[in-house]
Amino acid sequence: MTAPAESILEVRDLVKHFPLTQGIVFKRQIGAIKAVDGVSFDLHRGETLGLVGESGCGKSTLAKLLMALERPTSGSVRVNGRDITQAKGGELKRMRRNIQMVMQDPYTSLNPRMTVGDIVGEPFEIHSDVVPKGGRRRKVQELLEVVGLNPDHINRYPHQFSGGQRQRIGIARGLALQPEIIICDEPVSALDVSIQAQVMNLLERLQNEFNLAYIFIAHDLSVVRHISDRVAVMYLGKIVELGRDREIYERPTHPYTQALLSAVPVPNPEGREQRQRIILQGDPPSPANPPSGCHFRTRCWKAQDICAQQEPLLEIRQGSDHPSACHFAEAKDVVNAP
Amino acid sequence: MTEVLSEHVGSGSAGGALLEVEDLHVEFRTRAGVAKAVNGVTYSVDAGRTLAVLGESGSGKSVTAQTIMGILDMPPGRITGGEIRFRGVDLLKLPEDQRRKIRGEGISMVFQDALSALNPVFPVGWQIAEMFRMHRGTSRSDARKKAVELMDRVRIPAAKERVNDFPHQFSGGMRQRIMIAMAIALDPEVLIADEPTTALDVTVQAQIMGLLAELQRDSNMGLILITHDLGVVADVADEIAVMYGGRIVEKAPVHDLYRNPAHPYSKGLLESIPRVDLKGQELYAIKGMPPNLLEMPTGCAFHPRCPYRRDNCVTDVPPLYTISGTRGSACHYWREVIDDGSR
Amino acid sequence: MSEPTAMQDLLKAEGPAAVPGLGRPDRARSLWRDTWDILRHRKIFWVSLVMLVAFLLMAAFPTLFTHKNPEYATLAKSMEGPSADAWFGYDLQGRDVFARTIYGARTSIIVGVLATLLTVLLGGVAGVLAAYYSRWLDSVLSRVGEMFLGVPYVLGAIIILGTVAPAQSSPDKVTIMAVVIVVLAVLGWPILMRIARSAVIQAKHQDYVQAARALGAGPGRIIFRHILPNSLAPILVYSTITIGSYIGAEATLSLLGIGLRAPVISWGIAIADHTSYIRTGAHALFFPAAFLSLCVLTFVMLGEAVRDALDPKLR
Repeated sequence: MTAPAESILEVRDLVKHFPLTQGIVFKRQIGAIKAVDGVSFDLHRGETLGLVGESGCGKSTLAKLLMALERPTSGSVRVNGRDITQAKGGELKRMRRNIQMVMQDPYTSLNPRMTVGDIVGEPFEIHSDVVPKGGRRRKVQELLEVVGLNPDHINRYPHQFSGGQRQRIGIARGLALQPEIIICDEPVSALDVSIQAQVMNLLERLQNEFNLAYIFIAHDLSVVRHISDRVAVMYLGKIVELGRDREIYERPTHPYTQALLSAVPVPNPEGREQRQRIILQGDPPSPANPPSGCHFRTRCWKAQDICAQQEPLLEIRQGSDHPSACHFAEAKDVVNAP
Repeated sequence: MTEVLSEHVGSGSAGGALLEVEDLHVEFRTRAGVAKAVNGVTYSVDAGRTLAVLGESGSGKSVTAQTIMGILDMPPGRITGGEIRFRGVDLLKLPEDQRRKIRGEGISMVFQDALSALNPVFPVGWQIAEMFRMHRGTSRSDARKKAVELMDRVRIPAAKERVNDFPHQFSGGMRQRIMIAMAIALDPEVLIADEPTTALDVTVQAQIMGLLAELQRDSNMGLILITHDLGVVADVADEIAVMYGGRIVEKAPVHDLYRNPAHPYSKGLLESIPRVDLKGQELYAIKGMPPNLLEMPTGCAFHPRCPYRRDNCVTDVPPLYTISGTRGSACHYWREVIDDGSR
Repeated sequence: MSEPTAMQDLLKAEGPAAVPGLGRPDRARSLWRDTWDILRHRKIFWVSLVMLVAFLLMAAFPTLFTHKNPEYATLAKSMEGPSADAWFGYDLQGRDVFARTIYGARTSIIVGVLATLLTVLLGGVAGVLAAYYSRWLDSVLSRVGEMFLGVPYVLGAIIILGTVAPAQSSPDKVTIMAVVIVVLAVLGWPILMRIARSAVIQAKHQDYVQAARALGAGPGRIIFRHILPNSLAPILVYSTITIGSYIGAEATLSLLGIGLRAPVISWGIAIADHTSYIRTGAHALFFPAAFLSLCVLTFVMLGEAVRDALDPKLR
């Protein structure tokens, strides 16, 4: 599947700093957690952009910014050309129809005091002009059927369903307003292994059926590769590498991407004794106090003086075919090569 | 260790494996009924070997481990049958004070959630030192020295300076290292690691798995690795026991299982892994969902989800058929499964 | 549906019978229903419920229990002990203690319930606003609440009641009850505010609230549909227990002579009137005091039972 060129989401220089404050009544800012620190990318119609990175890299904050659940410190998020970060009131509400989300934890993302019918039907109550009142129940049942649930279970409560079924309910809610973009924040990582594939298949089927564009956030790299057309790798609030799935997985150029890919255990014991691993030392630095220059330099085996002085931009460099934020970008197949 | 048990067994091991679990049954009495969490589990691990116990939530893999350690909450838990033999001695028949000695010195455990497994109000060094003071009566200053040594051994940078820090001052990976330090403090012969890296990022996971492998090599421990991650298993295991619905459904040397699974459940799990050459295609998915422990399906617990199901699967519980040597499958039609091969 | 057969397979496999933890598959079960199922099996719940019904009947229909007039005094029988004629004996002014104890239930329960309702209203609204809008409003409300909490209960009550209704004055029944209710609520709301605030803060950060915001839900819908239903439990539990403690507090104030007073009939007044006669006529003191304790106990037990049933950890 080749991605059509039309962008429906344009993110430019997005920054979110959470202030660190001191004091009880009079709060004084003593610093900031740089959760998202200058992120730009495009999302095309019907495409899936995978977003990978370790905990604390800012991917969940990025999801909240795209959903306008948080206001960015600066930068813009244009949905079909209009900036959602500046939208307010009725305009914001209208724009929300076009961009919805599926959350990670199926146990906390559904209100336990509401029936499935109320949960999936809530979008229609909030946007009351989408479906006339009389047709809502029918519409909710249709949605349940689309995600593979029994439409007769409309009066049940979330705790009567298993994790996988709850995730389907969450997906039905996200689909209700017929958005063009769905942000999937770790949609399968809380599920049992045998259930993950079911939900992945459902997401792919819905994408084809409704021409949805996904931003698929996950830490499981094989899952991301399976569903994504393009992949962005995040480290400490920045995208360090961005490319088509083959480019990222077979010709990664950023050392962090290479380390990440080589750290993933391969579900095949053949030749495991010979496998070479790049094992990073230490933990990621705190986003409240990131290293100067390249954020990754403190754990990088290629680091030189320039890495501390000059921040590498995300751009196509010599010897690679896709943007990478490393001064010494160099393609290397870490998964298949010895 | 041997001095603890010498009164029960003449000298060291009695011929069998280091740790053997045989036909273990554990159930939980809840308001809603009796949940049969473990239904006749048999496995064993030898010194220097790694047994991976693979299963989803509710498969009974963690309950089995807790029973081995003697830390199962009873009630609601109840052991209704079976033996757990450590060096030939049935732990379930030992009085509590002797079991306590074996815990830590003979068998110890690393948990998934290091933050809640460590006591937040004591410095980590103190908690490691406590192991020596409790079990060995080591003096305060010696125990502290040993704590620093251990922290060095699990590669905590600047161990000397950090020995007085509290658990929350460490990152997730470092906390897991501290847990490991506590677990290996008394040179146990068997280490049980219950999802030791599930809560960690992949790069940190690689560090911790590397550390575990190294410690095992150095001290020739038997390692029981409990996990749901097929990748981790492929990396470190010697043998695999796949659990489903409180039973072992397949037992095999690691290469055999990945090359050619003999149970439809293991086969399904392997096939549902996304693969590069099948991108864009629908993933193979095991249909349905894991069984409800309160209402186990009759016969083979996997039959409602099984593509190989025949009538007798609904009525007859399959025993663990021996395929060859140490290999076994609890499927009436294991021959067919093997013949179909992996995708 | 692009692949009807696969879908039917799924529906079959994930059908109602396969849902975990479900005995009777086809009944919709809300969390409140589950709570009731747990309560049903608790002895403490039934004991407190039976006692509650008894006290409520006393309060609503005292004539069911006694035909005597609680106001009717025969001075000749002053402090006469219990007998077949008067089960609990007579008080200082020769009034039937049993009748007065039964009639006293009404005042105590009305004061307890109304003061609690007012507390929930004040504290609940403050708590929800503080938690939902946080920032400066939270700081202001929390500090104001702490100021009220800093005043010792009895001292605060003495100061307010001493000013509004000094001991020498004799306000009418309704006025004095209203004053006592307001005093209890004004001094008690900060605790409820704290409980409501923490419950709301907890609910506010749940994913389903984020999901509702992402759908474009306004503050009204978020508060009333998502946050309140999920933070009611602790408020409910605390309120039930508060009714009990307010009944006790009312008696304390009456005992000090600044709370309710004649012509109101209440347990507290009865206790106050007879404290100096504990040696000569303990019955006049004992029975109202016993009823008071039982009534407080009833509400506390009920609150505990409900708390146990709502506690998710026991699920």
